[in-house]
Amino acid sequence: MSSINLTLKIWRQQNSDALGRLETYTLDNVNTDMSFLEMLDVLNEKLTKESKDPVAFDHDCREGICGMCGAIVDGVAHGPEKEVTLCQLHMRHFKDGDSIVIEPFRSRAYPIKKDLLIDRSALDRIIQAGGYVSVNTGGTIDGNAIPISSQKAELAMDAAACIGCGACVASCPNGAAMLFTSAKISQLALLPQGQVERKQRALAMVEQMDKEGFGNCTNAKECEAVCPKGISIRNIARLNREYLLAALTEG
Amino acid sequence: MELNARVPAGPLEKKWDTHRFSNKLVNPANRRKYTAIVVGTGLAGGSAAATLAEQGYTVKAFCIQDSPRRAHSIAAQGGINAAKNYQNDGDSVFRLFYDTIKGGDFRAREANVYRLAQVSTEIIDQCVAQGVPFAREYGGTLANRSFGGAQVSRTFYARGQTGQQLLLGAYGALSRQIHAGRVKMFNRREMMDVVVADGRARGITVRNIITGEIESHEADVVILATGGYGNVYFLSTNAMASNVTAAWRAHKKGAGFANPSFVQIHPTCIPVHGDYQSKLTLMSESLRNDGRVWVPKKQGDTRLPADIPEEERDYYLENKYPSFGNLVPRDVASRNAKEQCDLGKGVGSTRLAVYLDFADAIKRDGEATIFKKYGNLFQMYQKITDSDPMKEPMMIYPAVHYTMGGLWVDYDLMTNIPGLFAIGECNFSDHGANRLGASALMQGLADGYFIIATSVAHYLGTNKLDNISVHDQAFIDSKRSVEDRIAKLLKNSSGGPAGKFTVDEIHKELGKLMWDNCGMARNKEDLEKALKELPAIKQKFWDYVYIPGDTKEINQSLERAGRVADFLEFAEIMIRDALTREESCGCHLREESQTEENEAKRDDKKYSHVSVWEYSGEDAEPKLHIEPLSFENVTPSQRSYK
Repeated sequence: MSSINLTLKIWRQQNSDALGRLETYTLDNVNTDMSFLEMLDVLNEKLTKESKDPVAFDHDCREGICGMCGAIVDGVAHGPEKEVTLCQLHMRHFKDGDSIVIEPFRSRAYPIKKDLLIDRSALDRIIQAGGYVSVNTGGTIDGNAIPISSQKAELAMDAAACIGCGACVASCPNGAAMLFTSAKISQLALLPQGQVERKQRALAMVEQMDKEGFGNCTNAKECEAVCPKGISIRNIARLNREYLLAALTEG
Repeated sequence: MELNARVPAGPLEKKWDTHRFSNKLVNPANRRKYTAIVVGTGLAGGSAAATLAEQGYTVKAFCIQDSPRRAHSIAAQGGINAAKNYQNDGDSVFRLFYDTIKGGDFRAREANVYRLAQVSTEIIDQCVAQGVPFAREYGGTLANRSFGGAQVSRTFYARGQTGQQLLLGAYGALSRQIHAGRVKMFNRREMMDVVVADGRARGITVRNIITGEIESHEADVVILATGGYGNVYFLSTNAMASNVTAAWRAHKKGAGFANPSFVQIHPTCIPVHGDYQSKLTLMSESLRNDGRVWVPKKQGDTRLPADIPEEERDYYLENKYPSFGNLVPRDVASRNAKEQCDLGKGVGSTRLAVYLDFADAIKRDGEATIFKKYGNLFQMYQKITDSDPMKEPMMIYPAVHYTMGGLWVDYDLMTNIPGLFAIGECNFSDHGANRLGASALMQGLADGYFIIATSVAHYLGTNKLDNISVHDQAFIDSKRSVEDRIAKLLKNSSGGPAGKFTVDEIHKELGKLMWDNCGMARNKEDLEKALKELPAIKQKFWDYVYIPGDTKEINQSLERAGRVADFLEFAEIMIRDALTREESCGCHLREESQTEENEAKRDDKKYSHVSVWEYSGEDAEPKLHIEPLSFENVTPSQRSYK
């Protein structure tokens, strides 16, 4: 354990309508065992003691699974470490004297509510458009009556691991939500349970994605590079195939 | 306070069927006329909201996070139990029932637990149908693993992310109903009060976290699915926003709070490493299968573990419990770790940790075997602590994990306030004094998918409800009391922070008081001391807490302050509950109640009951009521590790 001194440049914005700016703060004696969010907690305690407004940021589980936290750290969503969320990024990955720029996830579809806190409800609406199997509660057949190969189940699980943090969108030069959308479409397209609504689902989710103002994929692969769960862009290829097939046969 | 559990008559295995048949129903065409409010969108709330909407009710769902998919159910790792007996290893509904009630140290209601075991099999079918990617065998059938407290393999799982996958299944079902317009979803709302009119729950008062607006919502039934209260200790494995506020406000409106002192403390968590720490991370218990727990024999030994020779190490679990060794139950492992640290033998920079050493296992089975078994856990540990368990022993310490206590409910999961239901972790119903691993997910989904709709139909079918509007006096009064309380919280904010305390500072003080005196081992003297010290912390909070900003905006300090204010009130009934239960049972040891071998001694003669607390006013002592437990189908036995 050691401690470092930092200069933080943090995006401050009072609300959706206000203009934002980068504010500079110095924070000394940051214990390198802290997580990034704990470092922000310490900053906020300090700001509170100085009668200043603490930095608003979203967070909840702090173990990398709820998908609520996230910010752009020195230009990279969730910061410099691979396959971690911001809550799992630790300060030992920074050096004494570092200057760190912290901004919210930016996208046309993510209005900033305050400081680093954004509105990602567009992602919810994509799921609402069809990211499920339409079964009601009850009356389902026995679980073992639907055999699924271990390999298929694992592939589906790879896609299903998406935590919906939205870092993919914030990192994409086109502001595309293709990785997010494709993860759900892939999971259900790979499984027998998803077959009945397969085409309808692809059409509806892509339509909603477009309606929300997200861009299109041009294979920049930035999304895959920042995804804290390592979701592969192969899923986007699968989404394109699913969509094309559906558009040609249903559209 | 009337506590009628309304357990149906008849043989155990027929009760649920009988009940469903004798319950009243609501005609499908009439259901849309009824509105249900569901607060919380975890496994219990998400599944309840979706199911009620599918059946035709009008549903308003509320969550504190930015999306219903983020509820803390998502963090559950291990799995979900179900009595499928797919492994043909002797499992049955009765065995799951028995394991659960025994695991809870015979402090839960037989009928509720039996029903839980009964519907467990339907949960798996439901989740499979939704496309939850459970682990599979090569032949395509569902895979199972075994878990603590059971001798059969009945746990279904999706890697180490079972909670996530089940929650996303429920979130999918909920999303479908939102899309269909049958659920109106309110994100980023914090419930501040239950509105009770003419003795019935008829709505809620919430704060819109984005605008700060206090909103009123009316309904015919209110269902709370607001989780547990582990964050009363400040540090726990819970999510940061997990709180007691919704349940506590319901309690203040008359709902009984059952067994508040029943808290589960998990033995294998990553230790606290500094006073800036915000939460604790759980490491799977399976590590104790191959890790050896030890501390230095000498107090205050600051040498590196590698420098401490074998003969100067105390493998205290192996020495004290030769037959179970490192695999003693959770409560015993937790208690002993704390005891060693209290004796000054703790390790690490804070001295609040013990070693979990894999060196012998690696020597015996080879690096590859051990890494294959625990590699993902080791990596997670390394990410957080920067230390490699393959090279040096892990450090672990117990952490608050789950709360078995909660709002008192009857067989229908209704509190003693008519029309107010509580499901999932926020009720007390199924886990007694200790919850078995992989049973929390089971209970959340049982309540939400398969039980609550029956209860709601019966309530609506048997009661004639008056028309109500948010302009009625009960709503206006509730809103005013919420606004007054917020104004009171902000009253110290003028004049700056000088000489004042932040919300977290006071929360930490409360957490320490509770951890030291109302944790895993308790005694009368300390509990009484804590009860005496609590009012001063509460007073300090109200006199000196400094909250920057205003209420009509995003104000995360204000949100936390409201929760801490409720934890401060709630802590009192936790301590009182622990005081009055002069027996060791489930997760906690009452130091005055031990066997000759210093093991937990349960007292069935005096304490085979549910303790239910009634709120009696701001400065009045809460009243204790008793719901006696009777066991007609199992015989309570004493746990033994011999």
